[in-house]
Amino acid sequence: MSISTLVKIALKALFRNRMRTFLSVLGIVIGVAAVITMVAMGEGSKKSIKEQMTSMGTNAIIIMPNRDRRGGVQMESTESLEEEDVVELREKATYINAVSPMITVSGQAIVGNNNSPTQLSGVSSDYLKIRNYEIEDGVMFDDDADRMAKVCVIGQSVIKNLFPEGNPIGKTIRYKSIPLKVIGTLKLKGSGDFGQDQDDVIFTPYQTVMKRFSATTNIRQIYCNSIGEGYAEKATEEIMGILKERRSWTRPTDPFRVFTQEEMITMVTSTSDMLSLVLTAIAGISLLVGGIGIMNIMYVSVTERTKEIGLRMAIGARGRDILLQFLIESIMISLLGGFVGIALGVAASEIIKNALNWPMIVSATSVMVSFGVCFATGVFFGWYPARKASRLDPIEALRFE
Amino acid sequence: MGDETVHALRGVSYDIYKGEFVTIMGTSGSGKTTMLNILGCMDRPTAGHYILDGEHIEKLKRDSLARIRREKIGFVFQSYNLLSRTTAIENVELPLLYNSKISSSERRDRAVAALERVGLAERMNHLPNQLSGGQQQRVAIARALVNDPVIILADEATGNLDTRTSYEIMMLFQELNAQGKTIAFVTHEPDIATFSSRTITLRDGLLKKDAINENIQDARAAFEALPPPETFDDENGEDK
Repeated sequence: MSISTLVKIALKALFRNRMRTFLSVLGIVIGVAAVITMVAMGEGSKKSIKEQMTSMGTNAIIIMPNRDRRGGVQMESTESLEEEDVVELREKATYINAVSPMITVSGQAIVGNNNSPTQLSGVSSDYLKIRNYEIEDGVMFDDDADRMAKVCVIGQSVIKNLFPEGNPIGKTIRYKSIPLKVIGTLKLKGSGDFGQDQDDVIFTPYQTVMKRFSATTNIRQIYCNSIGEGYAEKATEEIMGILKERRSWTRPTDPFRVFTQEEMITMVTSTSDMLSLVLTAIAGISLLVGGIGIMNIMYVSVTERTKEIGLRMAIGARGRDILLQFLIESIMISLLGGFVGIALGVAASEIIKNALNWPMIVSATSVMVSFGVCFATGVFFGWYPARKASRLDPIEALRFE
Repeated sequence: MGDETVHALRGVSYDIYKGEFVTIMGTSGSGKTTMLNILGCMDRPTAGHYILDGEHIEKLKRDSLARIRREKIGFVFQSYNLLSRTTAIENVELPLLYNSKISSSERRDRAVAALERVGLAERMNHLPNQLSGGQQQRVAIARALVNDPVIILADEATGNLDTRTSYEIMMLFQELNAQGKTIAFVTHEPDIATFSSRTITLRDGLLKKDAINENIQDARAAFEALPPPETFDDENGEDK
């Protein structure tokens, strides 16, 4: 029996039981639409996270002191980073092209009646490159000329808070009673990975912070920029080598921890991968339930049409012909559900995107996979009822009332 | 159900020749149904041989049996067994659907020809529930003819019909037989047997009698001899 004939027979049978077909199809529709929407949601959030990460600087590497563990108690590290480390890294390291210390001070920035609880960050001029900041107006301070100068470069949020009338260049911010002259402003950058405001920043030369604010020689963190994507690991190794060499480090544990943005991205995307996997699994379960619905209805259909099966066999249908007839029927239910489900899923994704402003990405893969899964569902759940039908004894089946 | 083996047929042996019209008679429990199932290649004898058109049926597997049924046998059942909500022509086409060698246009042509042979050409697009019992049985006979079988097997084919319609159906069988069709007709009604050329009688699984019918009744004559069908006045309303 040709496939087109089988399809015709299946369509007829499905059309005859419209309500029943509709309900079985609905099960699959809901499953597929859920899968498509969930995957779109997962993909969308993954992409937006990745974009935010990139805005932070994909090649950033952060070095900070390792904490010692003694008897399970975390202690402050005995080793600390110093300015000499920054110099060494800048001179010797080949896999990094920018180095900047980072020392922070917390306090209130005050201008006249306005104040803002912004952290003061002591950095070098390389920091802009590492974190993808750009100067909007004015200049960035020079590492040598402005070595302990009371100057600063500020972000857009700070301008909004402290200089509501605008044009902050040349004006002075008081931070812990120390006046800092604004010499530059930064372009708007938006929120970071974890929702922090990347524009709420005041940058000042690190020596200014070390000498004038903290009175310390220790540097909390050093930021570096690897020369390109994929060099993070090599850069890490090199940095650690240089830092250890300067200290003639012999202990088995590392004196510092090195975080790379690449690692962070992998970590965060793997978290969101996990999330989308869970969402997809839940949606997949509803597809499974839909499949069980098909199986149920196919069993009913086979029982109901026992006599028809008997007749078809008596006039020469082989078991295979009967099997195909019912299998195609169940495949058609699931494929129909697939079509409608995909359409509904894509529509739902669009609606969520526009109404709730969520990042949604319907990938071609998810559509194709859903379709494939639908086909497989039809075959899988149609198989047993169809095989039951194909194994009927024609004599018994004909006598069935 | 039980473990006890029942021998529905024992040592029954006979030949049906091409062009014969054989009735297989017997009361219930005589083994008629088993005989029909074996003749129809739906069942195989546990022992012995069944040779149909030169093929040893008892040796065949399920799929081969299906092929034999598809190519060599035409079934006519007591309860017609037409597919509901399927037109007459589609019902007749059904056996040919399972034969991939036959194109859809040839299928249609042969189904139309078969319906013409049973006198229902103008009803081919009617559904079974729009046809009378006799017409439904004619469609079933057309379905049995469409694959040009070597034998037509009828199982109590007149059992659900009144006498007049029964005789009409027997007329059709006699016509087909006259055109050279081999027919095996299972029945328990003795008067139906008188229309055939030979009667095989089974009793308790044994062949009791196998006799050539010397005095074959003409179904047309028997039909015409019947009293005219009763008419009711209100049915003739428009004649007034």
